Amino acid sequence: MSHKQAGGPPGESAADWCLYQLNGAAELEVSEADIISTVEFNHTGELLATGDKGGRVVIFQREPESKNEPYNQGEYNVYSTFQSHEPEFDYLKSLEIEEKINKIKWLPQQNAAHSLLSTNDKTIKLWKITERDKRPEGYNLKDEEGKLKDLSTVTSLQVPVLKPMDLMVEVTPRRIFANGHTYHVNSISVNSDCETYMSADDLRINLWHLAITDRSFNIVDIKPANMEDLTEVITASEFHPHHCNLFVYSSSKGSLRLCDMRASALCDKHSKLYEEPEDPSNRSFFSEIISSVSDVKFSHSGRYMLTRDYLTVKVWDLNMETKPVETYQVHDYLRSKLCSLYENDCIFDKFECAWNGSDSVIMTGAYNNFFRMFDRNTKRDVTLEASRESSKPRAILKPRRVCVGGKRRKDDISVDSLDFTKKILHTAWHPTENIIAIAATNNLYIFQDKVNSEMH
Amino acid sequence: MSRKVELSLLLYGLLLSSMGEEEGLHQTQFLDTMFVRGLKRKCFDGEEDIEGTLAGIKAIPSYNLQRQSLLDMSLVKLQLCHMLVEPNLCRSVLIANTVRQIQEEMTQDGTWQMINTQSTGQASLDRLVSTDILCRSSRDQAEGKHVPAYGTFNKDFESDQAQDSSETMSTASSVQAPRNLQSNVWEMENPQENKGNFQKSLDQIFETLENKSPNSVEDLFSEVDNSYYDLDTMLTGMMSNTKMGHCDNLETFSTPTNTASNSNCKSDLNDLDHIVEILVES
Repeated sequence: MSHKQAGGPPGESAADWCLYQLNGAAELEVSEADIISTVEFNHTGELLATGDKGGRVVIFQREPESKNEPYNQGEYNVYSTFQSHEPEFDYLKSLEIEEKINKIKWLPQQNAAHSLLSTNDKTIKLWKITERDKRPEGYNLKDEEGKLKDLSTVTSLQVPVLKPMDLMVEVTPRRIFANGHTYHVNSISVNSDCETYMSADDLRINLWHLAITDRSFNIVDIKPANMEDLTEVITASEFHPHHCNLFVYSSSKGSLRLCDMRASALCDKHSKLYEEPEDPSNRSFFSEIISSVSDVKFSHSGRYMLTRDYLTVKVWDLNMETKPVETYQVHDYLRSKLCSLYENDCIFDKFECAWNGSDSVIMTGAYNNFFRMFDRNTKRDVTLEASRESSKPRAILKPRRVCVGGKRRKDDISVDSLDFTKKILHTAWHPTENIIAIAATNNLYIFQDKVNSEMH
Repeated sequence: MSRKVELSLLLYGLLLSSMGEEEGLHQTQFLDTMFVRGLKRKCFDGEEDIEGTLAGIKAIPSYNLQRQSLLDMSLVKLQLCHMLVEPNLCRSVLIANTVRQIQEEMTQDGTWQMINTQSTGQASLDRLVSTDILCRSSRDQAEGKHVPAYGTFNKDFESDQAQDSSETMSTASSVQAPRNLQSNVWEMENPQENKGNFQKSLDQIFETLENKSPNSVEDLFSEVDNSYYDLDTMLTGMMSNTKMGHCDNLETFSTPTNTASNSNCKSDLNDLDHIVEILVES
């Protein structure tokens, strides 16, 4: 994807990705609390939010483009940092509740303030982010420090005047949606009606109204009457981007269920079930585990869904339930290593996936700080690396290759040298431009397309 | 730090240091090779004549051994959830499904000695598990000094022993080094008690899966945890620290480490628990 096609088909030329920004400490000993656990652009791409294992949220804001340097697109600077969730202790079960932020979702902006939902395993919170850049001065009853004036000294009345001040970003928790989930919340999704949102845990999905915190509707419940019969859990869910009655949820058995909330109050019966039959020649004891869907995302158009399982990403057409329309191999060379990956638990890693703004390119992370992009039109794919050593600012990223034996080129990495502790689980794509945010452990990389910043 | 936690950590450290990482890596490389070399097709059709194709490949254990290893690994993983701060339900369910899959296949093969001759679709899991332990201990006795931790016990194995044993012997000798260490560890404590504790933990797991309470999967681990919390409120902080410590050890696996050591640790912790409680009360 980073090679321009000479004399190739007309249209958008392949993107050249280069490191734009790198945020995060470079220490060898990374504190666990700094590990980034989620990344999300807002609807305009002006703001980028990250959550970490320590329960903090950091919001970056893109500086407006400078007229003097039109090619130097706006930087993402830290806009606000706040502690979203604290560790808690569940006394009934004698278990800790982690403060790790599992997901952040932005609400569409409706006034000057920005709002986002952040969730840990149990509690969802609605945060309002406001700016203050003026303050009133010249009160009659209070002096500059706020102390009450001696009334005898007040001889005339004045009207307080708004004077500019240094920009202050205030973040306040507006709603706390607690006690809705027995199991761990893995997804939240804001409905296109901008009034409701859903939260999904391993066995149930709840529908909330953004203004009501003391109750929610349970819309999916797959908990069996007898827990001994439990064989399948919910792994991810999302509302359709345009149809406020439709949502999809994925399972650990690799199936997707599209549900229509108009059909019934409890959407246990799916409207459509998307499932690909198992390939008998590839069957092993690990087949089910690697088929478990770790992430599902609707395309911006609403026509397709993107799913990520352990070895592949798949594009599904909403109109076709029998199989995906496209399947891309992320790291098929791991197929022969599944036993080792099972032993060290890497096989349970949950990778996310993302669409670009025009739904023409999909992206997902892998190991060794590699991430992969697949162009759906040209069918070309590229592997890039997010690391300090291989990313010089403004230098174009070099594609990486994993060699599986056979001919080995100069800069190839062999499968056995891959670092499985360096995994890129969380990635996000700007809603309209070729800007991507990659979370590598505690570092946030922002890559931009050097030449084209606009989508065609 | 409380004495009990000190003892636990000391023992865990000893166990870990006695198990080198190399043995674990050696073992898993074998397992990977087993799974890779096209054994998949034949194996998972349940055919038992792969020994023929393996004749030339000395280093690869038989399919039964490989399957047994996977079963043991999975059971240990389910048990290891005791150590984590909160069990990940998705992971537990996937591992439990893998265990069921293996046990179902073993049942179909007739390699699983059923106490109950019922042919229901889903035989009781804890019964299957207890058969495993019983068979393994009896096989250990039969083998004398050749005490592999991952023993197979199926009747097919015994009937093919003439054909099989030469291969297993050669495989065993190549993995003898790691397994000697393992069997030493097993024998460090009373082996019967170890197995008893292992058995007890497994029964716990499957009992709780059968439990009808809503939070039964979390309850999997509350039984063991509560005994710690009862002792000392300070232990709560200690416990989470030690738990995290264990997790760190587990999570730094880019070279896989032998997980059997952790199961030993767990049963040892249960023993220690008991001992310290007696000491404290007296």
